[in-house]
Amino acid sequence: MTIDFAAFTPASAFGGGMLIGLAAALLILLNGRIAGISGILGGLLRPGPGETGWRIAFLVGMVLAPVGWALVATLPAIDIDASYPVLIAAGLIVGISTRYGGGCTSGHGVCGLSRLSPRSLVATLAFMASGFATVFLIRHVLGG
Amino acid sequence: MSRLTLSALVSGLIFGLGLLVSGLGNPAKVLAFLDLAGAWDPSLALVMGGAILVGLIAFQLAARRQRSVLDEPIRLPTRRDIDRRLVLGSLGFGVGWGLAGFCPGPAVMAIGAGEARAVVFVLAMLAGMGVFELIERQR
Repeated sequence: MTIDFAAFTPASAFGGGMLIGLAAALLILLNGRIAGISGILGGLLRPGPGETGWRIAFLVGMVLAPVGWALVATLPAIDIDASYPVLIAAGLIVGISTRYGGGCTSGHGVCGLSRLSPRSLVATLAFMASGFATVFLIRHVLGG
Repeated sequence: MSRLTLSALVSGLIFGLGLLVSGLGNPAKVLAFLDLAGAWDPSLALVMGGAILVGLIAFQLAARRQRSVLDEPIRLPTRRDIDRRLVLGSLGFGVGWGLAGFCPGPAVMAIGAGEARAVVFVLAMLAGMGVFELIERQR
């Protein structure tokens, strides 16, 4: 393992992480809901009374973040190297499996670990492990 | 706009800003974190650390309340069992995450940055969630 110190951004990573935690804190303490993005999206496909408005508002807020940012400063890099076919395959896989697994990086990784949930710990270890394995396979075995 | 709608909007906005500041919103940086055998960028471990540090406090407070500050029921998951769906679903999610470097939050956020590739990923993800709903309704 070689650490790429030139790319390592500990301060902005930690500070940005705290903002993500703050957003999750506001949603649970004000709205009483978990800030899990796959659950928020999935819930829109299974609408219940009073369960649509806040979800759309949260998603609109997320989309407005870079819009607002761009008004006052240059947006940070968003480099998406994957081809369209790969993006479609990845999107389908992420959509189906986050619903089966009951969460993603935000719901299990941030909110679940913050709640000290054993389910979320197992889920996070599982998706980290398969994420590491997938990138290893693509970059170092298949030579992506 | 109701107070609940406004608080969800502000929460989403802060979430999106956090993704931008932290670098988690950049798939190339996510893949550099997932590439343990390459030139490894450990930054995203600190994103999780910062988020969980704040989250630990918030969820401790939330666990002691029945209703939220805006008088909504606090819906915390109660399950503690480890089942096959949790494990296989999470393993599958990691594969999709590693393929493109996108998890659901950053992909939604990147739409606002005008990224056509994020739109395609999110549409495919919604289609995948739709497939899940169809399968579930037939069970």
